[in-house]
Amino acid sequence: MVAVNESNIIRRSGRMLQRLVRCYFLFALFATLGTLPIAVARKQNPLANEPQAAKVGEFQFRSNCAFCHGLGARGGGRGPDLTRAQKRHGNSDPDLFRTINEGVPGTAMPPNGATQQGVGMTETEIWQVITYIRSVQLKAPAQPLGDAAHGKQLFFGAAACSTCHMIEGKGGRLGPDLSTTGSARATDYLVDSVRYPSRRLAQGISEAMKEFSQEYETVKVETADGQKFTGVVLNEDHFTVQMMDEREQLHLFEKDKLRWYEKSRESLMPAYDQKMLNDKDLQDILAFLLNVGAR
Amino acid sequence: MKRPLLKKLLDASLLILTASGFLASKACPQVTPQRLLDSAKEPQNWLMYSGDYSGHRFSTLDQINSSNANALVPKWAYQTMAGGKFETTPLVVDGILYATGQDNRAFALDAKSGRPIWQYQRALPADIRPCCGRVNRGLAILGDKVFFGTLDTHVVALDSKTGNLIWDATAFDYRKGYSITLAPLVIKNLVIVGVSGGEYGIRGFIDAYDAATGERQWRFYTVPGPGEPGHETWEADSWKIGGAPAWITGSYDPATNTTFWTTGNPSPSNRGEGRAGDNLYSNSLLALDPDTGRLKWYFQFTKHDEHDWDATQVPVMIDEGKKHLIAQANRNGFFYLVDRSTGKLISSNPYAKVTWSNSKDAEGRPAPLKEASPTLEGTRVCPGAAGATNWMSPSYDPETKLFYVTAREQCDIFSTAPQPYDEGHAYYGSAYFPNDDTAPFWGALRAIDPDTGKIKWEWKHPSPTWSGALSTAGGLVFTGDAEGNFIALDAATGKSLWHFQCGASVYSSPMSFAIDGKQYVAVAAGSALFTFALP
Repeated sequence: MVAVNESNIIRRSGRMLQRLVRCYFLFALFATLGTLPIAVARKQNPLANEPQAAKVGEFQFRSNCAFCHGLGARGGGRGPDLTRAQKRHGNSDPDLFRTINEGVPGTAMPPNGATQQGVGMTETEIWQVITYIRSVQLKAPAQPLGDAAHGKQLFFGAAACSTCHMIEGKGGRLGPDLSTTGSARATDYLVDSVRYPSRRLAQGISEAMKEFSQEYETVKVETADGQKFTGVVLNEDHFTVQMMDEREQLHLFEKDKLRWYEKSRESLMPAYDQKMLNDKDLQDILAFLLNVGAR
Repeated sequence: MKRPLLKKLLDASLLILTASGFLASKACPQVTPQRLLDSAKEPQNWLMYSGDYSGHRFSTLDQINSSNANALVPKWAYQTMAGGKFETTPLVVDGILYATGQDNRAFALDAKSGRPIWQYQRALPADIRPCCGRVNRGLAILGDKVFFGTLDTHVVALDSKTGNLIWDATAFDYRKGYSITLAPLVIKNLVIVGVSGGEYGIRGFIDAYDAATGERQWRFYTVPGPGEPGHETWEADSWKIGGAPAWITGSYDPATNTTFWTTGNPSPSNRGEGRAGDNLYSNSLLALDPDTGRLKWYFQFTKHDEHDWDATQVPVMIDEGKKHLIAQANRNGFFYLVDRSTGKLISSNPYAKVTWSNSKDAEGRPAPLKEASPTLEGTRVCPGAAGATNWMSPSYDPETKLFYVTAREQCDIFSTAPQPYDEGHAYYGSAYFPNDDTAPFWGALRAIDPDTGKIKWEWKHPSPTWSGALSTAGGLVFTGDAEGNFIALDAATGKSLWHFQCGASVYSSPMSFAIDGKQYVAVAAGSALFTFALP
């Protein structure tokens, strides 16, 4: 019947325009109805401050998020500490909803339901998770008692962090860019990374569909013609390795063509003990990282 | 207006009927039940998920072999252009390749050129509950129909020549957390499927549908109801949401007319409190009569599981003289041999790092340590929740007599907390997350000697992979890795002979076929199906 009606419209061209206009309004109405509830819902959390939603959200969080963000949302080494008030990809309700639902392109944060960990969440379940995150979020931005300006001087000066690390385009390329680290990691994680850099290696490249990110492992190679290089692994598979040496040169090798190849989880970064960097200076550097991360 | 149109329609349908009658009389016999039984006679075809009823995933083709595999080249790739994991194993029948893609796509290709003949995509509701991606692992074929299970928990039959929908049977209400991801198994005139949904507190089942009509012939609930044997292994009403999904394709022994199916975790997966007992038939091997769905025997690998260790690995039939066995490298880290006629355990040996058991019970089954139970704060256990292996297919090579399995060396911290059941919502009873070991996780393809349970060789993967294995009479094992390589290994030694970078992780199990005397190997990776052959 529908097909017959449509052909009638085409034949009776005099009424066609009228019908098209009517169709357009019908379509517009449907489009509005279809998008309206979602648009409204995404402006604010309908479950905000509901203790029951926070409780259920904790289970959703444990199932879907804790794999990277840790139990209690304190960050697991893979994912950022979510109890921090600053969040790199936004901390408003719609920001969090978008981040959870769509993921963050170019990072290990996947779209909702796209991982092996946990199931996809419904819209309600995402709001429950956000309610839970709010319930564990620290009330005030965590600010270590440090002097950020002095921290900046140390970072680019005496502490020599910038030899290997970049912040906002300045510094070295051998280690991870630290422009966003302050907003992504718990303070104790940052302290650990300075004092014991080999304890937990930083993440490198995350590939689509690959479960685990590459880490900043140390690699030493000797080529067939006797050249030796030490550096960090940018990526590798069973057959090849892509590395950056200490002079920031890229090297791309087929492993079976190398004379030897040795990988280690002993970070190339020196462990900054009290003699190299006292607690006060460390706090200053953390204050600088937090300041930068909050921007 | 109406009368002429009706007449036209009648005329058209008469014409179609006449034409189809004419074609049917001329068409050569399609895939018969006998051809499925005799799949060994047509090694050029790949007629079911595991290649044959034994679950071997072994091809007797030997044109590609250990002396020439280094010359393999890609022949074609077919892009589904869909995101997410691409888990299909294609079928090939008489030059046509049939496969499924993400989001319940299905397609038929000219297997020689990769050019599509038809494409189908199911209109899925927006609120489906696929636990672990919008995946599908493949089709089954009989007559001129291909069958597959859908994410909204239907079983459908498509015309193998056109992709047109022939019948569509509702297995269950998807809104309660059920879905179907496995490739069905056809036995005689029945299409057998099991459900996914172990993350939602479902009550698992295995169904058989009449291939001609889509009418359901039987259902076997993998969690026994009141009055049925095994019901007493569930506390109070916990059986109603007991899980035990059957989400991987079974195998079939025509000699005894028995089909073997495996089941997944009891729900909630990470919390045993509230479901005291063994929780039958979760994490079990089931021997069913395919005609009636009657249970002949069962063997439970992990009793009262709290670690999500589904036993959903393809049950592999091994025959050695008078011994008729089922072999399974289980997600819990042990390699089991079970007598195929009685269900009695013959041996169990670890094939990956295991910390949850250091002794055997009276029946010789690995006995769990109390301290391996999840706690509120978390307990570190190996293997992790994804298991020492998972759904990716193992392969058994009757020539080397080795069992090849993808092993994952990953430990997790398992935590538990009381979670209320909410219909259709995720129901885990808490979570797991990677432990803080300094060593990164890795994987390996391992060759196990079933007689001893010893590992003869292994091929190391830099990180755990979700690729299955295919072995061939050419003395080769094919597998893939998370870094995107598709690899040919020497089946006897595990040495790599060839590899190809597919550009994305392999989440599928390879297969092999031949056309016009030329052997091909196929594997899905990323959004593409790749085929390889000698130049």
